[in-house]
Amino acid sequence: MPQVTSGETPYDDIPEPEPPTPGGAAQAQTDAVDALLDEIDVTLQANAEQFVRSFVQKGGE
Amino acid sequence: MRVCGIETEYGITDRADSGANPILLSSMLVAEYRRSVGAATAPWDYGGEDPLNDQRGYRRARGQAHPDLLTDAPARGNNGVTLRRRRGSWEDPSHLNAVLSNGARLYVDHAHPEYSGPEVTSARDAVLWDRAGDEVARRAAIAASIDGVFVALYKNNVDGKGASYGTHENFLVARSVPFDELARRITPHLVTRQIFAGAGRVGLGQRGEEPGFQISQRADYMEAEVGLETTLRRPIVNTRDEPHADPARWRRLHVIIGDANCMDVPTLLKVGTTALVLSAIEARDERLDLLELGDPVEAVYAVSRDLSLARRLPLASGASSTALEIQRALLEIARDYATDAGDAEVLARWEGVLERLARDPFACAADVEWVAKLQFLGRLRARHGSAEEPLPWDDPRLQAADVQWSDLDPARGLCSRLAAAGAVERLVTEAQIAEAVVTPPSTTRAWLRGRMVAARPEIVDAAGWSTIVLDRETDHGDLEVVTLDDPLATTHPLLDSLLAP
Repeated sequence: MPQVTSGETPYDDIPEPEPPTPGGAAQAQTDAVDALLDEIDVTLQANAEQFVRSFVQKGGE
Repeated sequence: MRVCGIETEYGITDRADSGANPILLSSMLVAEYRRSVGAATAPWDYGGEDPLNDQRGYRRARGQAHPDLLTDAPARGNNGVTLRRRRGSWEDPSHLNAVLSNGARLYVDHAHPEYSGPEVTSARDAVLWDRAGDEVARRAAIAASIDGVFVALYKNNVDGKGASYGTHENFLVARSVPFDELARRITPHLVTRQIFAGAGRVGLGQRGEEPGFQISQRADYMEAEVGLETTLRRPIVNTRDEPHADPARWRRLHVIIGDANCMDVPTLLKVGTTALVLSAIEARDERLDLLELGDPVEAVYAVSRDLSLARRLPLASGASSTALEIQRALLEIARDYATDAGDAEVLARWEGVLERLARDPFACAADVEWVAKLQFLGRLRARHGSAEEPLPWDDPRLQAADVQWSDLDPARGLCSRLAAAGAVERLVTEAQIAEAVVTPPSTTRAWLRGRMVAARPEIVDAAGWSTIVLDRETDHGDLEVVTLDDPLATTHPLLDSLLAP
């Protein structure tokens, strides 16, 4: 059940919590991630800006 | 589990021509897929749609509706087998349709190809026929890549320039629950489930105007609590009242807040947890009222931007809760409504994911998509920056990788590549997917629809969610409309006789 605190808690008064950083559990995946990064790095380096600029969609649904 | 289904609009580009017309590309995709599977598709039956009917109990006047809402044809169907006059057979090229032999619908919706999966009755089946949709779309893209065109499809929801396109879930819900109560009690779940169902997004704001990473693709496009629209002022709870089933007994809850998921576990949880919460709502479980949010729309943004999962959300009661606490409370309520082994799996995975998210979100890199994406992009940032100064979030390499994450081409899509390397958990095999591309689920009326399309395409004039229109040589010369008002109907005397070998 939700924890009860006293008084108002408007969004602006709540300090921004720190984002998480990878811990030990991440290690299992990082080999696969690094291998993939090795492969895509060169293309990403060369084409990212043009690719992002040209990815334009119309709204849907 | 209850009847449900998933619809996905894919992002579409021509790799050879970034200025290509997306409506034309989408039309080519549907047309070439139809051609590639031969006769085994049927046109769509627009006879039974009613997109202007509002769950809140009124109809919008046709003349007052935004043209985007007019997805139907004026005629309405009746119960049983009825006759219908023939109409012209002209097909609008920008609304090309194909009802597939797996019971799904592939068509052009605005400027995107859309796959609407067949009705299913378990979260596992929702995953399977959703992945089958990706495979249909992938094959269609290959079929349409001719004459110098090279179609690329993306299973995401944003282009980073302001456009958003949807992934919708549909759930059959008992009409006996008043709609305002349904909307009020499902909202806390729809707002907070993104912590395990979000696909992750580079950029904050509708146009990504602020650098950053957030949990959900769709959050920034939710602008109202409740409403009929899906293309502007999008609501957390959509009110379109079009059950595609007996309207005296059923509603269809049309959920438009969800992200497209390339990973299987988020899809399983998205559908499975929502179905269980809906069971609590049907049972009029008042414990749900304790979770009512003070400002749901603001909370959607707040949860999506809170990677720590620690932010407290004001509740209507004056108390406050984190998204994790609300999800844990929903899990405890949902335990009372599990009815089968599929529900038990959903509960176990739901509990496990919440426990790991609370302890260390990166422990969820194999089964929570925003975490997998954040981890991947985090490595990319570190690689090209330093520990103290990683790549900034507005670097085009991060934006490009975010898009490429969802590329349906398995050789390019980063999520597919990670799955192939074993870093992402899969719930269905490639062989099961290939089967589900051509076979309907056997637990719903999709079983009749898909098999009629596969076995008797020569007499199927059109099909819809609750109709199959037959064109046979009869004395009266009219079309015969078979109405399948019960989504769980897997037999029908006339159709069974037509399907008999």
